[in-house]
Amino acid sequence: MDDWHNGGFGLYVHWPFCQAKCPYCDFNSHVSAKIDQEIWAKAYLAELERNAPALDGRVLNSIFFGGGTPSLMHPDTVTTVIEAAAKIWPFANDIEISLEANPGSVEAGRFAGYRDAGVNRISMGIQALNDEDLRRLGRIHSVAEARAAFDIARNCFDRVSFDLIYARQGQDLRHWQAELTEALSMAIDHLSLYQLTIEEGTAFGDRYARGKLRDLPTDDTAADMYQATQDICDAHGMPAYEVSNHAREGAESRHNLIYWRYGDYLGIGPGAHGRVTLAGRKYATETHKAPGKWLDQIRKGSGESLREELTFVDQSIEYMMMSMRLSEGMDIPRYQQLSGSELPAERVQDLVNLGMVTISDQRIRATAQGRSVLNAVLRELLVD
Amino acid sequence: MTDLAKIRNFSIVAHIDHGKSTLADRLIQETGTVEDRDMKAQLLDSMDIERERGITIKANTVRIEYNAEDGEHYVLNLIDTPGHVDFAYEVSRSMRAVEGSLLVVDSTQGVEAQTLANVYHAIEADHEIVPVLNKIDLPASDCDRVAEQIEDVIGIDATEAIQVSAKTGQGIRETLESIVHKLPAPTGDRDAPLKAMLVDSWYDAYLGVIVLVRIMDGVLKKGDKVKMLSNGSVHHVDRIGVFRPEMTVIDELGPGEIGFLTASIKQVRDTRVGDTITHEKKGTEDALPGFKPAQPVVFCGLFPVDSAEFEDLRDAIDKLALNDASFSYEMETSAALGFGFRCGFLGLLHLEVIRDRIEREYDIELITTAPSVVYHVYMKDGTMIDLHNPADMPDLSVVDHLEEPRIKATILVPDEYLGDVLKLCQERRGVQMDLTYAGSRAMAVYDLPLNEVVFDFYDRLKSVTKGYASFDYQMTGYQTDNLVKMSVLVNDEPVDALSMMVHRDRAEQRGRAMCEKLKELIPRHMFKIPIQAAIGGKVIARETLSAMRKDVTAKCYGGDATRKKKLLEKQKKGKKKMRQFGKVDIPQEAFISALKMDS
Ligand SMILES: Nc1nc2c(ncn2[C@@H]2O[C@H](COP(=O)(O)OP(=O)(O)O)[C@@H](O)[C@H]2O)c(=O)[nH]1
Ligand SMILES: C[S@@+](CC[C@H](N)C(=O)[O-])C[C@H]1O[C@@H](n2cnc3c(N)ncnc32)[C@H](O)[C@@H]1O
Ligand code: SF4
Ligand SMILES: [Mg+2]
Repeated sequence: MDDWHNGGFGLYVHWPFCQAKCPYCDFNSHVSAKIDQEIWAKAYLAELERNAPALDGRVLNSIFFGGGTPSLMHPDTVTTVIEAAAKIWPFANDIEISLEANPGSVEAGRFAGYRDAGVNRISMGIQALNDEDLRRLGRIHSVAEARAAFDIARNCFDRVSFDLIYARQGQDLRHWQAELTEALSMAIDHLSLYQLTIEEGTAFGDRYARGKLRDLPTDDTAADMYQATQDICDAHGMPAYEVSNHAREGAESRHNLIYWRYGDYLGIGPGAHGRVTLAGRKYATETHKAPGKWLDQIRKGSGESLREELTFVDQSIEYMMMSMRLSEGMDIPRYQQLSGSELPAERVQDLVNLGMVTISDQRIRATAQGRSVLNAVLRELLVD
Repeated sequence: MTDLAKIRNFSIVAHIDHGKSTLADRLIQETGTVEDRDMKAQLLDSMDIERERGITIKANTVRIEYNAEDGEHYVLNLIDTPGHVDFAYEVSRSMRAVEGSLLVVDSTQGVEAQTLANVYHAIEADHEIVPVLNKIDLPASDCDRVAEQIEDVIGIDATEAIQVSAKTGQGIRETLESIVHKLPAPTGDRDAPLKAMLVDSWYDAYLGVIVLVRIMDGVLKKGDKVKMLSNGSVHHVDRIGVFRPEMTVIDELGPGEIGFLTASIKQVRDTRVGDTITHEKKGTEDALPGFKPAQPVVFCGLFPVDSAEFEDLRDAIDKLALNDASFSYEMETSAALGFGFRCGFLGLLHLEVIRDRIEREYDIELITTAPSVVYHVYMKDGTMIDLHNPADMPDLSVVDHLEEPRIKATILVPDEYLGDVLKLCQERRGVQMDLTYAGSRAMAVYDLPLNEVVFDFYDRLKSVTKGYASFDYQMTGYQTDNLVKMSVLVNDEPVDALSMMVHRDRAEQRGRAMCEKLKELIPRHMFKIPIQAAIGGKVIARETLSAMRKDVTAKCYGGDATRKKKLLEKQKKGKKKMRQFGKVDIPQEAFISALKMDS
């Protein structure tokens, strides 16, 4: 059995447009005045058809419409994609079909249409629960609009998650504790809580480099915030199942679990990444990032810009990197199967002694403390 | 062969940047030695031979043919010497091959420390000295003031100093005329047995060792069998020539001339600078006063970052040493750093040049340990050992006392910074020997321990004087002092490569500074790390590096796997560049930076 079966198979669809570019965001998102939805629908179809033969015979566990702002997609476009996928792959009984939505009033008007198209889960980018901070994050919606959009989403869907960004400018520990408690009172069964990352090549990145991004919490404060997040969410029955994701049991995002359990995923749309196993070999794929170029290339036959075989050692590294993010941790025999070597026993023991990881049932798991310094833990585990 | 009366041999002495190289260019250009179209700036500095002959950057020579205004044709041999204090020894020996010097002083700046140091070498070699005031094209030029300063500080007559702009060419003719008329012609007897001074030598991949010679008496020809007086070794001369500035083969060299010979000599170490060369048969017995070989004064360990590159490092060092007899090395093992070499250098610049060459030309990344001077350790049993490496310090119970090398340092500085300079010298355990003024500049002479100077004294001096101070030194001798070995413990493990010799009275301060520095330089780990400085078993300073609390990528989905993997690989590489001490990774720059003293 190919290794990917351990993680399942999903389809990622990238929608590269937003109404405005947020200053912290380094996703492949662009602002465009006019978008011909029909052309885009056709392009997605073409990409699905191009990939279908090689991936024949699989069962599809999930579809994820990510962005950019997929809630700017016309519901018909979403329908086209879902219907085409259904023609290629049988859907798992519990298939999860998620769509990322921005909490504006325009988008909220389309929620029923998405539901009718087959979407069964919404992930909404609320980001902050006070207007001043939303403004500083460059968001174009208010808290009130976000709450209204969230309510509409709840009425259309059983599963609605939302995202918050914390460790923001001017935010202290108490402020975040209060905001998180408020968020938990709104949440249904899933929350994504991201510490603000200053990405190179974004407006925040530039400002940061010039020393103009003031009042960011220190690393120690950010670490305290992370710890408080774990404590508060645990107390509310929403423990972390991944570094930044919290859910009640059974409400985890199945699509994202495919990434972290290192399954296979086909990525279509501009700048989408994929991991697909063909004839026993696993490939990393990428598509052209610029929307115009992607469309052009598809007219010429394929949106793909890169297809690179991953060695088993590469795969073992990726598996470790991804799975150690999960509270369920990494399956040691599976890792050894891929890497062809054992974990470094002495270093593992050191990490255990330091309280960074635990070992049981043939799994290695990062503790909450270990997760907060996961890169360092990985450096220890990966050093050859 | 040239008539003795038509030869002038000279060198140019100057403080760095006062225009020595530019002036040499103008002299070469004005006389048509190099065709205009082949002329490039800083010709002597960029000569191929300079690069070939390796780091010591010893001296360059050029033979200039000059038709003087008296209608006669002269041969002028210029030996261009390096100005840096590390190579003072090279300067002094090159000076003995010539009869005169141009003393170049920037007329916008005045006399500096290296002007003094180098002019003293010239005076010692009995040179006739012609002062040249350079950069007169600049508005800030003040020839009267600078001429007066030359008379006051150096004590030579500057009334006839030539005013020159090496940039515009103004005064170049006059300079050439002064060389011809003010500098003495060499003396020597064509009919006497051959007596030649071995001025310098370097290795050439095609020709073997090239020997730079100054003929004192007799005639040297191609095909001659020559003998080195120091060891009696005989060589067959297969080539003779001069530099114009490229190597040009000629038939013979007569008295007063400067040129090169090759004789299938394999190693620079087989040629002793200062040696007397004569003919095998009917040679002279009368040796020129020799020079003693340059002694390394600064030692440090060089270790490959990647321990697998040890053999490559050995090769590189062997090759460099072929061409540089002043650099010494022996194998060293360090508990922390593995296998490497303990190397001795003429000074810090020499150290840096060698280190850079190994890294650049041989592509080996290095860890350089703290530079140390050579201590004399007197044992209770009456014996004495040279200590090149603090890690080798014998147990105190068997040690009677220690001596350290001292220097005489000369510092010239504008008045307004004098206070800071005196303070710096004081902090470095200096004893003032002299303090005089020349115009608005002060000249301070200090007796200082070399170990307080080798590391960052010059950097500190530049920073407290905004670059206006100049500095030079010479070794004076050894002196007993209360010296102790300070060791450093990271996470309770001693790090041998960080141990150092310090004065007991300064130990606490140095220990504290070192611990604080290391705390900044060592990245946080997943656990807290005590950093301590100790003398014997006694801890004299301590810092704690707190544990890392946050290092995680917040968002990591399908598209981030590739990016994340690259990041981790980069971090892994970074980790490899560090050295592990117990469970602690120490970045290599820590071994050097930790020792810089900011106070
Ligand atoms: N204006 C001016 N600049 C000069 C003159 N001579 C040299 N320089 C400049 O001074 C700097 C140092 O000259 P260089 O010959 O390299 O000095 P060296 O270190 O003594 O060899 C260079 O930038 C030269 O271009 C001069 O007569 N006038
Ligand atoms: C694909 S993005 C955006 C989805 C949607 N367009 C939105 O903005 O609401 C998914 C989530 O990543 C998070 N995110 C984006 N950039 C971030 C950054 N620089 N630091 C932390 N979180 C970030 C935000 O919470 C965002 O909702
Ligand atoms: S955060 Fe969301 S809305 Fe903002 S630019 Fe990025 S993808 Fe678009
Ligand atoms: Mg120069």
